[in-house]
Amino acid sequence: MSRGRYGEYGGQYISETLMNELLYLEEQYNHYMNDPDFVEELNTLLKEYAGRPSLLYYAKRMTEDLGGAKIYLKREDLNHTGAHKINNVLGQVLLAKKMGKTRVIAETGAGQHGVATATAAALLDMECEVFMGEVDTRRQALNVYRMELLGAKVHSVKSGTQTLKDAVNDAFRDWIARVHDTNYVIGSTMGPHPFPMIVRDFQAVISAEAKEQFMEKEGKLPDAVIACVGGGSNAMGAFYNFIEDEDVKLIGCEAGGKGIDTPYNAAALTNGKIGIFHGMKSIFNQGDYGQIAPVYSVSAGLDYPGVGPEHAYLRDTGRAEYVPITDEEAVEAFEYLSKMEGIIPAIESAHAVAYAMKLAPKMDKDETIMICLSGRGDKDVRSIAEYRGVDLNE
Amino acid sequence: MSKIPNAFKNGTAFIGFLTAGDPTIDKTVEYILAMEEAGCDLVEIGIPFSDPMAEGVVIQDANVRALKHNTTTDDVFDIVRRVREKTDIPLVFLTYINPVFFYGYEKFFKRCAELGIDGIISPDLPYEEKGEIKDIALSNGVDVISLIAPTSKQRIQKIASDATGFIYVVSSLGVTGMRSEIKTDLNAILSDIREVTDLPLAVGFGINTPEQASEIGKIADGVIVGSAIVKIIEQYGENAAGPLKEYVSDMKRASNE
Repeated sequence: MSRGRYGEYGGQYISETLMNELLYLEEQYNHYMNDPDFVEELNTLLKEYAGRPSLLYYAKRMTEDLGGAKIYLKREDLNHTGAHKINNVLGQVLLAKKMGKTRVIAETGAGQHGVATATAAALLDMECEVFMGEVDTRRQALNVYRMELLGAKVHSVKSGTQTLKDAVNDAFRDWIARVHDTNYVIGSTMGPHPFPMIVRDFQAVISAEAKEQFMEKEGKLPDAVIACVGGGSNAMGAFYNFIEDEDVKLIGCEAGGKGIDTPYNAAALTNGKIGIFHGMKSIFNQGDYGQIAPVYSVSAGLDYPGVGPEHAYLRDTGRAEYVPITDEEAVEAFEYLSKMEGIIPAIESAHAVAYAMKLAPKMDKDETIMICLSGRGDKDVRSIAEYRGVDLNE
Repeated sequence: MSKIPNAFKNGTAFIGFLTAGDPTIDKTVEYILAMEEAGCDLVEIGIPFSDPMAEGVVIQDANVRALKHNTTTDDVFDIVRRVREKTDIPLVFLTYINPVFFYGYEKFFKRCAELGIDGIISPDLPYEEKGEIKDIALSNGVDVISLIAPTSKQRIQKIASDATGFIYVVSSLGVTGMRSEIKTDLNAILSDIREVTDLPLAVGFGINTPEQASEIGKIADGVIVGSAIVKIIEQYGENAAGPLKEYVSDMKRASNE
């Protein structure tokens, strides 16, 4: 495959002003990933600061209740800052520091990537500004304050749909004006090359660990790996080291919102068409004439009208399968895992849990499923209460 | 054959930009003709897009206004058809690549050829991805205008040697929008480009006052103004023809002083 391409997807569809910076980023990335000192420093941060390796937890009650395949949870929710986002961010912010940058910017939907970036920036003494859609700043007000507490400046993005895609637009607009001192720490396996590759590589630690952990606990690889997909970073991380193992089914769960037959969903791989946006050729939700469509999900982290290019490729080649999960199914799974295992999942991750609940009963008891539990759900408690009509302010 | 060379036959070219459908389709036709009458040598017609990533707030807002009443790519072609009934002024599209990709490259450029569109500028199609449209555009007589930025440096050689029509020199870092001062060493960039190509070099991004136009006009072959024109349309809405003519004629004069 040619550089930065996943089949026909990927590429570098971005302003000329940013091109040299992207080429430089790729060169520096390749340089440092081959530098044992950098790798050692990053691994130490992942271990001592983020708390890796993350646990592979056997969900016994859930398994027994569903009565089929054994279910394991890859506990990315136990990482420092409460989600898988820290894996990528430590890598990218450390890289930015080595490149001599003094400032990092990030987009955020649910706020998890913004919090992770603000955290790494505090740790590594970098200036940090985060772009977040105004709608999302209201849905995730706690995370806004959290980022500010960590010393970051949060920009409330008022353009367009005021959600994740608009935050990405404004982050690129900021970067184009300040390429000299700033790195854009992108939060998912998306954007122009080399970002989809960099983010995937930094997230691939999830499947690298999981492979070893499965061999240790089960003496074999899982039969299915399930992860939620917005831009697709936790899914790419959870899938990556299993791609060559063709007996391992890879399943991505998209935000089906209020249903894929309604306009209120964010299921790009189910409803989208091929297009070119945010620097990449991939699959996007779009209307007539190629205008990017407003999307919807109960989950701010999956509320994105596209998907990373490598996922589009994995779908086309049949290596991975992508299924939509509705808000209602995700909320039920959110409540189910909380009651069944005492683990409150992020509403994003609950999309993966929901699919496991459908799949496990159809599988044999000697088969295994890994759910990538990409984040913790504390941030979602208020919005789920609202969804259920519970007023927490009374 | 593209009519772009005609734009550079009358002193320093003044190149004006507006967003199609802002405020209405009829008014866009009227404003293009008004700008030509006032001395505009080439008009960039923006195809509205939901997510204009390289634009500042002024042009972002124009995109919102145009899309509010559903200006489509076919409407934009209709604007061109109506303009072409009156004039053969060089016209280029400024468009993000997705609306073109979605429309279908073949169909899009065939339509451009039928209506006499002379070039296309796509802010998200750098040299590396130009192959998307290069052959099909050129075979339909449409120049793919290359952009060169202050950060382009060693890329100038390959970009400029592959360019056709004119070269769009981006004056400064950042998105489009009016700037009080342009600090880039444009002289150095322009002379680097001139070592590679004889194509006309037009400078854009940030230019809005006659003083700036005059300064740029001394060193470049063309002065590109977008946000300042769009701002006039924003301010005067359906009654912008008069103020637009006045502004364009002042800027054309200043570009040649």
